[in-house]
Amino acid sequence: MSEFFTLSVLIATFASAVRLAVPYLLAALGETIGQRSGVLNLGVDGVMLLSAFGAYYTVIETGSHLLGVGVGLLIGLFMGVVYAVVTVHLHAKQGISGIGIFLFGLGFSDLLSQELVGAIQPIKKLPSLAKLPFVGGIFEPLEDIKYIGELLFSHNLMTYVAFALVPIVTWMMNRTTFGLNIKAVGENPQAADSLGVSVERTRFFAILIGNTLAGLAGATLSLQLGVFQQNLTNGLGFIAVALVYFGAWRAKWVMAGAMLYGLVTATRLQWQARDIIPNSASDLAAMTPALITILALVLLAKRVRGPAALTKPFTRH
Amino acid sequence: MSELMPLLEMRNITKRFPGVLANDNVSFDVLPGEVHTLLGENGAGKSTLMKILFGLYLPDEGEILLRGAPTQISSPISAIEQRVGMVHQHFMLVPTLTVAENVALGLSSNRGIRTDLDTVSKRIMDISEHYGLAVDPGVEIWKMSVGERQRVEIIKALYRDAELLVLDEPTAVLTPQEVDDLFVILRKMTSQGTGIVFISHKLHEVLELSDRITVLRNGRVSGATTPAETNRQQLAEMMVGREVKLAPDKPALDRGKVRLQLNNVHVLGDRDTMAVNGVDLAVHAGEIVGIAGISGNGQRELAETIAGLRPAEAGSSVSIDGVDISRANPAQTRRAGLSYVAEERMKDGAVGEFDISENLLLINHGEKRFIRGGLFNFDAIKQHCQRLVENFNVKTPSLSTPISSLSGGNIQKVIMARELDSDPKVVLAAQPTRGVDIGAAEYIHSQLIEQRTRGCAILMISEDLDEILGLADRIAVMFEGQVVTIIDRPEATKEQLGLAMTGAL
Repeated sequence: MSEFFTLSVLIATFASAVRLAVPYLLAALGETIGQRSGVLNLGVDGVMLLSAFGAYYTVIETGSHLLGVGVGLLIGLFMGVVYAVVTVHLHAKQGISGIGIFLFGLGFSDLLSQELVGAIQPIKKLPSLAKLPFVGGIFEPLEDIKYIGELLFSHNLMTYVAFALVPIVTWMMNRTTFGLNIKAVGENPQAADSLGVSVERTRFFAILIGNTLAGLAGATLSLQLGVFQQNLTNGLGFIAVALVYFGAWRAKWVMAGAMLYGLVTATRLQWQARDIIPNSASDLAAMTPALITILALVLLAKRVRGPAALTKPFTRH
Repeated sequence: MSELMPLLEMRNITKRFPGVLANDNVSFDVLPGEVHTLLGENGAGKSTLMKILFGLYLPDEGEILLRGAPTQISSPISAIEQRVGMVHQHFMLVPTLTVAENVALGLSSNRGIRTDLDTVSKRIMDISEHYGLAVDPGVEIWKMSVGERQRVEIIKALYRDAELLVLDEPTAVLTPQEVDDLFVILRKMTSQGTGIVFISHKLHEVLELSDRITVLRNGRVSGATTPAETNRQQLAEMMVGREVKLAPDKPALDRGKVRLQLNNVHVLGDRDTMAVNGVDLAVHAGEIVGIAGISGNGQRELAETIAGLRPAEAGSSVSIDGVDISRANPAQTRRAGLSYVAEERMKDGAVGEFDISENLLLINHGEKRFIRGGLFNFDAIKQHCQRLVENFNVKTPSLSTPISSLSGGNIQKVIMARELDSDPKVVLAAQPTRGVDIGAAEYIHSQLIEQRTRGCAILMISEDLDEILGLADRIAVMFEGQVVTIIDRPEATKEQLGLAMTGAL
C-alpha cells in the first residue's frame, strides 16, 4: 500500500484520472445542455458506441486520428438530428426514445464491427501533445518538466478540448441569448413561446450540440484505448447522464463529478496493478466507481431542482 | 372634436370549434386611453376572443382592425410586433431567471450572440420609474411575491411598446392593497394613451375601473354598458342570463357546541420550514368560519393536516367532537365526521380519467349497500349516483362521462355531492368556487349554507374576500403560518382584512 503513496505514483494516477474523465466529461456536458432545454437523452451510450466504432474504423482505413474524430463528431450530429426529430417534432416520449437509440447503437455498432473489422485489431492511440505533427516540438520541453509535465502536458488534444469546453459551456449558458433561450424552454416553454422564442428550434439545436459532444466522447474513448469491441462503453453513457444530476446541471459541477469518477477508476487500476486489490476481487473492484458515484449522488446531491419542463414534450395549448 | 380613432376594432368575429360556437358574431373595440372590460362566465367566449386577438387562434369570420387598418394577427409574435401586449392569468415567467432575463427573452440583443442585460435593466428601471412599477431587474422571479410578478408581466409588455394591453383576470391572486396599486398603475397607463382590455368577474372591481363594459354569454355579446348606467346585480344577470342572488341568504342561527377544535397546531411545509406555526381555532356547529389570507401563508398545509394528509408536529391537537384526529390518516378523519373539499380539485378532489359515478364513489365504494356477493352492485350504484347528480344539479350527458370533460363548476358540484352526502360533522372547503361560474358558485354557496343550518361546522379557506364576506360568520386571517386576527363578520371590513393579510394589523 505504501508504494502507492509516493509522489510519482500519485501523479501518474492523477494524470490517468484526467484522461479517463474525458469521455464522461464530454458526454455529460452535452447531456447537460440537452437537459437544460428540457430534453432527457438516455441514448447517449448508444450514440457513443456508434461514434466510437466510426472513429475506430476510420483510423483503420485512413490512419488519421483527425478524420476519426471528425467522423465520430458527424455520427453524433446525425444521431442528434434523428433524436431531435423524434422527440421534439414528433413529440415522442423521451425516455423510451432514448432507450431505443441506445439499443440501436449497441446492436448496430457491434454488427458493423463484426462485418467490417472482424477480429479485434488494435490501432495507434491518440498521441500526446508532444507527439502531434508540426506543433509537437513546442510541447516536448513542457512534457519533460518533472511531475508538472506528466500532470498537465502529457495528454492528448481531446483532453484539452474537453476541459476547455467547461468554461465555454458555462459562458454559453449564462452570457448568450442562445443559453437564455435554452434555460427558458427547459423551465417554462409556454412563456418562451409567448415571447417568440421557438421552443422547437431551441431544443433542436440543444439536442444537436448534446449529441455531437456524445459523438466526440465516443470517438475519444475508442481512440484513447486504441480498440473497439462489443459494448465498449460498458454503460459509460448512462453514468454521464447520472453525472448531470450529480452536477446539478452546472458545467463545473459536472466536471467535478467526471473527475471524481476518473479518479476512482484510476486508483482502482493502480491498486490492481500493484496487487493491493487481489485479482480474485477484480470484478468487485470494477464496481467501485459505480458504487462511489451512487454514494456521492445520495450524500452530496444538493437539493437542486432540475429544469421544470425536463422530459415534457411541448405543444401549444 | 372628431371621435377618437379606435385602437382596436374586432368586427363580427365568429369562431367555431367542433360542436361549439365559441364566438358568434362578436364585435368589440377599444379606444386609446380607456379601460374596456370584457365580462363573462367561463366558457362565454372571452378567452377565445382574446386568443384570437393575440394570434393564438385565427377567426373563422370577421376582421380585426388596429389603429383603423385591417390586419392579420397570425401568432403571438405578430401581436407583439403590432404593439398588442398580454398579461396572462397564469404568468408567463421563467421562475429561475431574473426579471431582466425574463424581459430580454425573445428580444434581439445589441451585442450579437451575447445577452445585453445591462441595457435591458436600465430600460426596465426607466419604465418602472415612469409608471410606478417597482421591481428590481436583478432578482430571480421565484423570490418575488405574486404582485411583483404581475408587475414584471406588465413591464414585459411595456418594454415591447404595447399600446394595447390585455389583462386576463389580473386581480384573482392579489390582495386588496395590491389591487389598489395595480389600478393606480393602470390609470397611469391609460392617461398616457394606452388602451386596456380588462377581463375579470369581480363585479365591484369592474365597476370601479372600467370606462366601458361588454358582457359575453354563450359566445355572444349579451350587453354593453358603462359603470354609470349599471350595477352589480344587473351585470351578474347579463352574465348568467337569469336572476341571481349575489349575497346568499343566510338564516340567523345561534351557534352550537364546538365541533372542530385546533390547538397549538404546528405543521412543517414542503421546504421543511414551519408552514403552520401555532394555530388555535374553534369552529362551532351552525357556523361558517372563513380563513382569509394570501396563498402561501399556511392555509394549504393547515387544510392538509386537518384532512389527515400531512402530519402535525408533536404538541399539536386537532379534534372533531372531542375525538383526536391529529395523528389520523384520511380514512380515520372521515370516520370522525370530516368532509374535505380540496383546493386542487383535479389533483386531490377527483380522478380525471374516472367517470362521474366512479368519482362519486371514491370515498365509500366499500360500503355494504354497493356490494352484492363480493362484487359491485351496479344497480344500487347507479341509483345512488343518479340521485346525487340530480340533487346537486350536475350538468352532464351521462353518469359514465369522464369527469375531466365537465366544466369546473360541474366538477366541483360532483365533489360537493360526494362530500356532503355523508351528513358530515365538519366540512373543510378550500377555495370552493375558484374558477367556477357565478351560477355554480351560487349553488355551491347555498349548499354550504344548508350544511350550516343542519348543524355542521364549516371551515372555508378562500382567497376571494367577497366569498368570505358573503358566507362567513367569523373570519380568521392567516399570515405567515399564524392566525393573526379573528373578526366577527358584522365588524369586518375589506380594508381591515387586507391589512391583516399582509401582516400590517
